[in-house]
Amino acid sequence: MTGRKREAMSGLMFAAPFLFGFAAFFVVPFLISVVFTFTKNANGLKFAGLDNYIDLFGSSAFQTAAYNTFRFILIGVPLIMVLSTLLALLLHKRFLGSSFYRSVFLYPLVVPVAATVMVFQLVFAESGVINTIYAWFGLPIENWLASDRAFYVLMILYLWKNCGYNIVLIMAGLNSIPYAFHEAAQVEGASRWQILRHITIPLLAPSFFFVFVVSIINSFKCFREAFLLGGFIPHKSIYMLQHFMNNNFTNLNYQRLSTAAFLVFIVIFALVFVLFWMRRKAGDIQL
Amino acid sequence: MKRLHQSSLSAKTGRYLTLTLFAIFFALPIVYTVMNSLMSPAEVQHYYSGSGQMTLHLLPDQFSLEEYYQILFRQPDYLMRFFNSLWPVTVIVIGQVCVSSAAGFAFAKFRFPGRDVLFFFVIILMMPIQVTLVSNYIVLDRMGLIGTYFAIILPAIFSPFGVFLMRQVIATMPDELIEAAKLDGAGNWRIFLRIVLPCSKSGVVSLVILCFIDNWNMVEQPIVCLKDAGKYPLSVFLSQINEMNPGLSFACGVLAMVPVALLFLFYEKELIEGIGFSNLK
Repeated sequence: MTGRKREAMSGLMFAAPFLFGFAAFFVVPFLISVVFTFTKNANGLKFAGLDNYIDLFGSSAFQTAAYNTFRFILIGVPLIMVLSTLLALLLHKRFLGSSFYRSVFLYPLVVPVAATVMVFQLVFAESGVINTIYAWFGLPIENWLASDRAFYVLMILYLWKNCGYNIVLIMAGLNSIPYAFHEAAQVEGASRWQILRHITIPLLAPSFFFVFVVSIINSFKCFREAFLLGGFIPHKSIYMLQHFMNNNFTNLNYQRLSTAAFLVFIVIFALVFVLFWMRRKAGDIQL
Repeated sequence: MKRLHQSSLSAKTGRYLTLTLFAIFFALPIVYTVMNSLMSPAEVQHYYSGSGQMTLHLLPDQFSLEEYYQILFRQPDYLMRFFNSLWPVTVIVIGQVCVSSAAGFAFAKFRFPGRDVLFFFVIILMMPIQVTLVSNYIVLDRMGLIGTYFAIILPAIFSPFGVFLMRQVIATMPDELIEAAKLDGAGNWRIFLRIVLPCSKSGVVSLVILCFIDNWNMVEQPIVCLKDAGKYPLSVFLSQINEMNPGLSFACGVLAMVPVALLFLFYEKELIEGIGFSNLK
């Protein structure tokens, strides 16, 4: 056996347990559900062409869920990226208490979702803290969780929970920028803003890319909070794709479920792929 | 020599002010939960079930451990749920660490055909759980695992995130280290156990923590795959008692935080290092 072959064998051996499980619980199920999207269930599986897709797009529940989901991502992801970059920049310079602040920001990540949701429910309840504060200022009382505002409550929850992780990612990126760049620019008389704009931000690009991907994935995870906040049928503004899928689970409508899941997959795949391709072209990922 | 761009006093104050403001926002829900768990059920009832306005009631009128007493000694349900959560999560974490550190080693340090394509799939399938949940259910159903704890344990063990993280961490290790060990006659297993694993400690620790959190919080999988409400873990149970009894749920919430909070306190440094590694470089 040549060395090359031997290396390949050992590599596959180490990867084997994972590859086996990954195939059984991720790849094969995924392929099955792709097949499901093109079939209908009438005395066994029959080929149904694009019927499921047409049916799905026509469903108003799906339209609402997809609209809310994309609205959430479009607003939430840029917001969380700006916020966590700002906080990471503020925390980057070591100063008295900087690690304390970092811990506070990161801690929400480890709090069990259900515990948090409970607090949010109480804070935003009709006779809750926020309304009390509103009342102090003579503002009208809102029913936060049962109106369009539920969307913003969920957004706050998302920011609260996921900012810390992004801050750590961006700080790791900041640490990898050689201080010499910064110094040289200062010597040349660059202002702080110029340094930020022309050195720090461009060099953070690879981190931003990853933060972006993570933020999208986390925004989907956040629908768990939506579910716990609003139950099976929450206010319309936070009726997400996850509710749609959950509710179809109870009907055991596999075709419809798989079709929805596959569409989500396609969208995320396309996003990640385009970004990958852009970054690869820019030459800062070797993969 | 004067340091360039010395922060002025007002800039410093501004920074502290901004950070403190955000810190309050981030810490408030946690402080709130902890403080409320230390009130007697009657006090909580008084403040939350009254018809009038609530105030931001942070300090207990009367310090009380009644809620904890109720949960720990009077309502066996809770401890059972705690256990329902703890053992599957422990199995998942151990399994995931073993499987993904080995695979991470393979992806980072061996060349084999299809490696890069496979790794691309690993990244792509780090999708939100909802995407694969459906198809997972179908396969688990065929295997006859629906309704058993295996249905939530097995897929979680092979979750691609672990492999991704470990691959990133191990890839930063210098190849020379491994070459040197090879020249000394060490086999691959020996290299893996004696060099690769000890050198990627921060990666392993953050994998343990992140994996623990992720599965400690699982909600969808148990609801869909366990069928029997009696088997539901703490995470699902917590969301149900919210409605019945706010007093107890505060204490429950705090107790659910304990395992994760302990991990966080002891290993925060490694966690931060590990998250940093997960950056695509």
